[in-house]
Amino acid sequence: MKSAWLVACAIALAGRAFAQTPDQGEREHVPPDPPQTRVHEMAYHEMADMMGMDDRKRFGKVMFDRLEWRDTEPSSVEWEASAWYGGDIDKLWVETEGEHVDSADAARVEAAWNHIVSAWWSTRLGVRWDVGDEPTQGWVAFGVAGLAPGFVELEATAYVGDGGRTALRLSTEYDLLLTQQLVLQPALEINAYGEDDPERLIGAGLSDLELGLRLRYEFRREFAPYLGVNWSKRFGDSADFARAAGEDPDEICFVAGLRAWF
Amino acid sequence: MCAKQETSSRADDSHASSEMTNHEIRCMAHESARIGMQTMDRFKPFGRRRFVQGLAGGALLLAQGRGRLLAASNSPSELTGPDFHLTIDELPVNYTGAARRAVAINGQVPAPLLRMRQGDVVTIRVTNNLREQTSIHWHGFILPADMDGVPGLSFNGIAPGTTFTYRFKVNQSGTYWYHSHSRFQEQVGLYGPIIVERRGGERHGADREHTLLFSDWTDHDPEHIYATLKRQSDYYNFGKRTFGDFLADVRKQGFSKAAADRRMWGGMRMNPTDLADVSAYAYTYLLNGATPATNWTGLFKPGERVRLRLINGSSMSFFDVRIPGLKLTVVATDGQDVEPVTVDELRIGTAEVYDVVVTPGDAAYTIFAQSMDRSGYARGTLAPRAGMTAEVPAMDTRALLTMNDMGMHHEGMDHSSMDMSAMPKANHAPAEYGPIVDMRTDMPNTRLDDPGVGLRDNGRRVLTYADLATLGGPIDRRAAAREVELHLTGHMERYIWSFNGQKFSDAEPLRFTHNERLRIVLVNDTMMTHPIHLHGMWSELTDMAGSFVARKHTVVVQPGQRLSYEVTADALGSWAYHCHLLYHMEAGMFREVVVA
Repeated sequence: MKSAWLVACAIALAGRAFAQTPDQGEREHVPPDPPQTRVHEMAYHEMADMMGMDDRKRFGKVMFDRLEWRDTEPSSVEWEASAWYGGDIDKLWVETEGEHVDSADAARVEAAWNHIVSAWWSTRLGVRWDVGDEPTQGWVAFGVAGLAPGFVELEATAYVGDGGRTALRLSTEYDLLLTQQLVLQPALEINAYGEDDPERLIGAGLSDLELGLRLRYEFRREFAPYLGVNWSKRFGDSADFARAAGEDPDEICFVAGLRAWF
Repeated sequence: MCAKQETSSRADDSHASSEMTNHEIRCMAHESARIGMQTMDRFKPFGRRRFVQGLAGGALLLAQGRGRLLAASNSPSELTGPDFHLTIDELPVNYTGAARRAVAINGQVPAPLLRMRQGDVVTIRVTNNLREQTSIHWHGFILPADMDGVPGLSFNGIAPGTTFTYRFKVNQSGTYWYHSHSRFQEQVGLYGPIIVERRGGERHGADREHTLLFSDWTDHDPEHIYATLKRQSDYYNFGKRTFGDFLADVRKQGFSKAAADRRMWGGMRMNPTDLADVSAYAYTYLLNGATPATNWTGLFKPGERVRLRLINGSSMSFFDVRIPGLKLTVVATDGQDVEPVTVDELRIGTAEVYDVVVTPGDAAYTIFAQSMDRSGYARGTLAPRAGMTAEVPAMDTRALLTMNDMGMHHEGMDHSSMDMSAMPKANHAPAEYGPIVDMRTDMPNTRLDDPGVGLRDNGRRVLTYADLATLGGPIDRRAAAREVELHLTGHMERYIWSFNGQKFSDAEPLRFTHNERLRIVLVNDTMMTHPIHLHGMWSELTDMAGSFVARKHTVVVQPGQRLSYEVTADALGSWAYHCHLLYHMEAGMFREVVVA
């Protein structure tokens, strides 16, 4: 054992001395032989398949942002959900928002081509349908969506519908982390319309606003029940139409629901 | 033809003592699990302590097909060349209490250690028993392009049910490793160590050696992890700043400073806690295939010089490695001997290799390898006798990235004292202003003596690249005739990664002229630390003045850093060039290099 140690030391010392030779690196390196075979020319998709590596792969996500019961009079169920499928640049975007009160339903459904245009913003070009108990109404939609400075999610969409009706919808939300799993989310949505639509309790101009504050607990990232409050306010003609229909144009309610995605 | 399979014992009997019985491992695991518990309370979500610690008692591996029960081996078993036969199969494993399937070589995770001799022509037959294509890449080997094992570039991959024969001359020596280059097979177990014995004996002698292969096991399907990162890129980050942290900062720094800090990060839509894309939420960190609870143990005789061959075979993790009570004398990196340098701790990037020599006394020592984001650790023990353990230290607190890490010296810097004209000018490619890049570094750091985020001023002597000096100098003393500047780019929130703002699928290959000596300048325009690996040719790291520092196969570039290395393009053919974080590579941080 002792002699082995001496040999090791001697080698180490020799190595150090050896190391002083400046071109040792050059002497130790042996360039490889050229390859005997080469892979055939192939298109990107064949190569991606062979490599098992495809940076154009498409993914999808389904998000139930809000699936909630509201302590209104009478109580109601409200939902907001979205889904996307596509690559890094272009995606198919589907979104729905609506409510169910007593036996009456009203919902907004949108489908759009989501295209990223800058580091934080994408454009959405698509269609919107308002469906439910009233006759279905169609719109063409153009919007921008993205992440504003401060990690504020923002969506602004303009609509043009049958007979030249116009509408504008703005929505924004922010996640405030109380802990790694307990998240307080303020959210704001504002709707404006170009003209009256009494059947749907819509008045021209700034029509309605919803401000919510929801506290969710992420048992998993994908599964988070929440409690919160929601303030709905109608303005101008919208408020009058609502009052005429026996609804309160200014309403605060408790909400309980689930945020889930996969 | 068939390689001789040995257990971990080598010819000399002192080495054979490193093999322990499974009973001994289990006894130690119970003790170590108890110790480990105390340090793990910072990562409580979802009651996943056992997940991080692993299953005490060791993972029992059921060798598929043969139906026999194999205990997780204490040391990787060893095959000695020049002829090897490797068989790739699925393998049922259980590291955390959940039954999963790994991809294994010869029924082992990690794959067996391959021992070669410098100067030999090795023949490695690889049989694929999977239902999908596979491949093996010899990481850090200088060999003909068709032997490099990258499907689509080097060869067509190894189809199910077929055998591919690799044959090449091993002209180099040192510690290396091998892994699959197909999809996510590396994540699920297809990696192993290689030792090439130097002709004429090691420069830095030792009485004994152990190979320490670090990796990151996950019970999740890697396809699911990748899809999850695309859906919510901060999914695995449980170290984000909370409202409570803000209040604490207000108390410490005052409201205006704390708010200004939030405004700055928020304004950039960047997260200073983004240290690892995948954390211990999904990973159980392994040392030689053993969980922290299983506690891999390497034996020694007190007073011996023990050479430890550290290999980071993980898919996504950086480890900060230390052995409390022992100095680490670094004698090689990436298989290349260096001027010995003694430190307390080193950060080993994904795919990097370091050889260190330690001289332990008559006591047990904990090998402690914290993940860079401090979400978990790999752990083992060096001990003179089986069954001994040492205290497992608490993990360090998680560090925050700073504006300096981003190459944006916004705050707290006195610009007047700096000669701005001396700063290297950022030179961004047009595509970097496109939608798949979320930041650009305008004032990159060029220092090599920065140990990196989370290791600065921690009271320990931490290795930096500035400490490295590869013996023998560069392989080519010609000055670089041209310069290729590449920026490491990405979009964290959208989880897109690229070079110069172009994903692999959108980029033309980089073309090197045969036998030219060129300089590659890397500028990290992201907030993550990227290990960049060029296949087939050495990356000879230089300092700011252009002087040779170290010969490497994988170069770690810190956030906001600019560094350069020289390459001799003496290897004809098509080669892979990529970030060795597996999901970054998959997401586009990959280029083909053509030498012609």
